[in-house]
Amino acid sequence: MNEKIRVVVAKPGLDGHDRGAKVIARAFRDAGFEVIYTGLRQTPEQVVNAALQEDADVVGLSVLSGAHMTLCPRIMELMKKEGLDDVLVVIGGIIPDQDIPKLKDCGVAEIFQPGASMEDIVTYVRQHVRKK
Amino acid sequence: MAKDVSDRLFTTVSGVPIERLYTPEQIRELDYEKDLGDPGEPPYTRGIYPTMYRGRLWTMRQFSGFGSAADTNQRFHYLLKNGQTGLSVAFHLPTLMGYDSDHPMSEGEVGKCGVAIDSLADMETLFKGLPLDQISTSMTTNAPATILWSMYLVVAEKQGVDWTKLRGTIQNDILKEYVAENTYIFPPKPSMKLIVDTFEFGTEHVPQWNTISISGYHIREAGSTALQELAFTLYDGIEYIEWALRKGLDIDDFAPRLSFFFNAHNDLFEEVAKYRAARKIWYKVMTGRFHCRNPKSAILRFHTQTAGCSLTAQQPYNNIVRVAIQALAAVLGGTQSLHTNSLDETLALPTEHAARIALRTQQIIAHETGITNSADPLAGSYFLERLTLDMEKGCWDYFERLDAMGGMVAAIEQGFPQREIQDASYEYQKAVERKEKIIVGVNDFVMENEPPIDVLLIDEAVAGQQIERLRQLRDSRDNGRVRTTLNALREAAAANSLNMMPFILDCVRAYATLGEMCDELRSVYGVYEEPTV
Repeated sequence: MNEKIRVVVAKPGLDGHDRGAKVIARAFRDAGFEVIYTGLRQTPEQVVNAALQEDADVVGLSVLSGAHMTLCPRIMELMKKEGLDDVLVVIGGIIPDQDIPKLKDCGVAEIFQPGASMEDIVTYVRQHVRKK
Repeated sequence: MAKDVSDRLFTTVSGVPIERLYTPEQIRELDYEKDLGDPGEPPYTRGIYPTMYRGRLWTMRQFSGFGSAADTNQRFHYLLKNGQTGLSVAFHLPTLMGYDSDHPMSEGEVGKCGVAIDSLADMETLFKGLPLDQISTSMTTNAPATILWSMYLVVAEKQGVDWTKLRGTIQNDILKEYVAENTYIFPPKPSMKLIVDTFEFGTEHVPQWNTISISGYHIREAGSTALQELAFTLYDGIEYIEWALRKGLDIDDFAPRLSFFFNAHNDLFEEVAKYRAARKIWYKVMTGRFHCRNPKSAILRFHTQTAGCSLTAQQPYNNIVRVAIQALAAVLGGTQSLHTNSLDETLALPTEHAARIALRTQQIIAHETGITNSADPLAGSYFLERLTLDMEKGCWDYFERLDAMGGMVAAIEQGFPQREIQDASYEYQKAVERKEKIIVGVNDFVMENEPPIDVLLIDEAVAGQQIERLRQLRDSRDNGRVRTTLNALREAAAANSLNMMPFILDCVRAYATLGEMCDELRSVYGVYEEPTV
């Protein structure tokens, strides 16, 4: 796999706390990925559109506000509709344990809770990405 | 082992190198009168009151808000019954961003990060049974601070409480939103105008109210160092003053009502040095740069909150210990008011049980440890005094750079503070991953198969009920009056010369919603787009 892994890092919802999103975007860049950061307050449509436009291999969502059970399933639904089933979707943020199975059921590959290391996230993405 | 120690670099949580030993040598330049002064005396390094906590303890003010106004009202009553001494309101994200609960962007967010407030009707419910002349209230709101303050003022009106009796604070600090927390709506210019309007209005009509809480808390949470938190916050203060002076306000009319808000992180001595340096620098800024005449203008009063970013989702009961140490730092640093975080806050908003332990932590420090007996008890420590001097020097260096950039708004437009903070947060995270910084339960002393703890879940029904209340309000109010007041608001915003508070108060009294008012203001002011950093 010679071509760079392309990652869209997105913050859906109204939350402005972007420390995590920016740190992981930088870690992805340092790992040699091509990173596109969408900026704040993206609707599910905007996130999926960015994934489509940028030909993303990976979408990383950061949600800390508690709105993940509304926003993430909708993003997954739209991804399927756009034929982006092969894009690896990971979530980081404040996601309670009981929501994890539900998110995985709708196609999210992995959820990284507070305290997750950058290295573990990078390794996970490398191992699970399906490069087009 | 000894060899290892001599090779290792010892640093504060902010990455500042620390010597093995501090002696009188390192603080030879320290002059008691000039650098410290007795508590209650300039430059106030040792505290702002001669008696400090002997006279009055700090205000125990737990930030809370979730679900509906009725849910949060119940929590307020619970906290007051348990000995809390001031209120502090957390609003949900739609309110903070100027959207009503039925706006498409609000979906999934209603009542989640705070309480849902759409109109005066919700505010009336929020303060039901709470006489506003007998309690002080802090409201964490920035972009729509004028609107939420107006709602509070009208609730007081309806309770028959004179505005001159009201005590409390609106955060109202938009600069740190651009720098760190990103809960902004309008661009800097109109935002700064609204803030100056509150200074002017408060001076005249609500004289005991703190019209701003200039906040380092969120800067620190975004990953800054202690020094960056201090420097950017105090410099934000300078920027607000410059804008108010340009509008023609007299420094001594509004400066005594400026208040500050700092973080309390894990590194106890670094934090205490930060608070002490803050008071000293502010005194020098107010007297040296702004030539205030009223001694009260030069006194820095501050609220503190323990560091949310220091808490761990792993082994969450350990957070009680972290919070206790951080709260101790705030008290040793002479805070006027304190919020202690709950053990479960990396997982959700706090349960009643967790919130009570957090409050009890403050009560234990206040009543059992004896550290309130003497003002500024750590003064004279070679180590602490050196740290305080260094903190001050680092701050002046940052001020010089910010002055050279043309002030804080200009620096923000160039992305300077944002970049400094991002670099610091990335460096910190890398230090954690290299295990140069140990976080108990996260990168060392890890436990497998931790039992889960109970967390507060926000009922999804809250959103539907809130939207229904909003629909009923829009049906039952005098919509002609609402339209008239909203039109007047828009025209006043466009004229750009009038104080906006009276126009907002009229909209609030007519039960116009927060979203409707913000829409009018957005149509005139536009919205802020963050620069790429």
